[in-house]
Amino acid sequence: MDLKEKLLSSFMAFENQVDLDHPIHEMRSEALKNFETKGFPHRKMEAWKYTSLAGLQQVDFSIFPKEDNNLEYREVKPYFLHEIDTYKIVFVDGVYSSYLSETTHDGVDICLMSAALSKPMYRPIIDVYFNKVASREDSLTSLNTAFTKEGAYIYIPKNKAPRKPVEILHFSTGNEAALMVQPRNLIIVEENAELQVIERHQSLTSNEVLTNCVTEIFAAKNAIVDYYKVQNDMPGASLIDNTYIDQKDNSQVSVHTFSFGGKLTRNNLNFYQDGEHINSILKGVTILGEKQHVDHHTLVHHQQPNCESHQDYKGIYGSRSTGVFNGKIIVDKIAQKTNAFQQNNNLLISDQAEVNTKPQLEIFADDVRCSHGCTIGQLDEEAQFYLRSRGIPEKEASALLMYAFANNVLESVRIQEVKARINKLIAKKLGVNIGFNL
Amino acid sequence: MLKIKNLHAGIENKKILKGINLEIKPGEVHAIMGPNGSGKSTLASVITGKEDFEVTRGQILFDGTDLDDMAPEERAHLGIFLSFQYPVEIPGVTVTNFMKTAINETRKAQGLEEMPANQMLKLIREKAELLEIDRKFLSRSLNEGFSGGEKKRNEIFQMAMLQPKLAILDETDSGLDIDALRVVANGVNRLKNEQNAFLVITHYQRLLDYIVPDVVHVMHDGKIVKSGDKELALELEEKGYDWIKQEAVL
Repeated sequence: MDLKEKLLSSFMAFENQVDLDHPIHEMRSEALKNFETKGFPHRKMEAWKYTSLAGLQQVDFSIFPKEDNNLEYREVKPYFLHEIDTYKIVFVDGVYSSYLSETTHDGVDICLMSAALSKPMYRPIIDVYFNKVASREDSLTSLNTAFTKEGAYIYIPKNKAPRKPVEILHFSTGNEAALMVQPRNLIIVEENAELQVIERHQSLTSNEVLTNCVTEIFAAKNAIVDYYKVQNDMPGASLIDNTYIDQKDNSQVSVHTFSFGGKLTRNNLNFYQDGEHINSILKGVTILGEKQHVDHHTLVHHQQPNCESHQDYKGIYGSRSTGVFNGKIIVDKIAQKTNAFQQNNNLLISDQAEVNTKPQLEIFADDVRCSHGCTIGQLDEEAQFYLRSRGIPEKEASALLMYAFANNVLESVRIQEVKARINKLIAKKLGVNIGFNL
Repeated sequence: MLKIKNLHAGIENKKILKGINLEIKPGEVHAIMGPNGSGKSTLASVITGKEDFEVTRGQILFDGTDLDDMAPEERAHLGIFLSFQYPVEIPGVTVTNFMKTAINETRKAQGLEEMPANQMLKLIREKAELLEIDRKFLSRSLNEGFSGGEKKRNEIFQMAMLQPKLAILDETDSGLDIDALRVVANGVNRLKNEQNAFLVITHYQRLLDYIVPDVVHVMHDGKIVKSGDKELALELEEKGYDWIKQEAVL
């Protein structure tokens, strides 16, 4: 039985675990139908030309994780941002771990999707926001919607900002030979409110894991949201990450994606600008080796005038790794005075590494500024010679240049500890100590 | 210190250096002059180990060590420094971090501990002052958006930091206005001592008013065709390079 069959036949068992009278269950059933009709995306589809899910569909994934997989804090401490205090929403094999988490209802709600779905007080918000910006066409998003049960739920009311950033962590213990999880996150940041989130999927063994995650983010007027995705997983872990962001007037949302690990990662990052004077920021650093594969598909849909978007993705590909950047920008006819920038620069540091980059601009307004640029190249030999002539050995010189290449993406990271952590990960990934304080 | 014997070198089958002989002793300043394309910059690149160039004959000895097959960083660790004609812009690496890395890598290669941070800061401050470099400048990305003069001044600052035995200044005067030239030359003169040496490559005599050479060589077509004292530079300035070319033909 392949994965699609297995998922479809598991749905009835899943229904035993959830409240069938909740209005969202109708959405689950519809979503399942969409997935049943469309199935997994395949390489004949333009958007999946360079990323194949065929291999993953042959793996015998467990769909229902055991409830009692506990972890000790010391086993997972390195994966937390332990230098600073944070709220924590932690899942172990897809199941919420109250032991490792620190949630709150003190003026803001930083808690669980399962709680938000089961308690009547959350119903009005679920009714307004759940599955409202996520695609109902995309089959993998539908698959996640169909199995919606658990994830992070964050609600920041008007004029509020939590005292500290929120970490969303998903650990896989490896207790299953192969595990599939489908977290569903819902994040609402109301008018004038602020939020910072760090999200990480972390497998603790080399066992196979497939995560099909959907996150919906709603940023109301004047809201500010900073979202950091740390993708530095084990070689057996694959991630399909679908993020949908709805922005209203004057809001600013930034998403930084740091892709350093994992086997196969697909990031579908979608911004919908539904208001004026909105700023959307999409940044990415990708550093891959071995046979790793990362596919960044971004969409910024400018639907109203006077908005901005800034995209800057840097990639360093070694060994036999492969990368994809596909950046789509749509500017509606009404969206005059749009400023949309997109930049994707790649370094290939091995002969077998490969990157496919494609800007996709659909501009229907006439008074806009859109710029895009993509480059694929090698390290500058003149620059290498310059550094080496100052006594910096070849390997360190290359690392310094690669570090510098990725560095400017980090400038917009507003949590110093996250920046320091990513700096260290970059240095580690490049395999050298680059000799100065990060 | 530096002994070059019958050096032949080129790039992709094109012969550029055709038998260079040159000896520089500690405490000396040598100038190499010559028309465009005579091989001056190639000589600088070959001494510092740029891999694009291939040495086909002859040898370069530095303090008795044959430099053949040595990487650029190894030559730097021995004490060879090149002030680039066109310093490379490196966005994302600050001048300070670059210098820290260069100094500590050099110390590591020499079996020394890393330089303590306070000592490093003191050194940076001292040398920046010598070159009249603003402190803000040190936290900028290396050469990025620097004016021509700032780039050259930054090269000499790096030299002052690294304290090489042999410094090769490749057209350090080009792109400098008279004030910047004075600052750079003053820096060089203050760094000059009995243990180190300078090889100054220049197209014009102007720089040599400030950095006075002990020996002036004239290069033409990959060879040193004439050597003399500083008067030779003045003569060249007056007569141009044509008479050298004619002499070379004869």
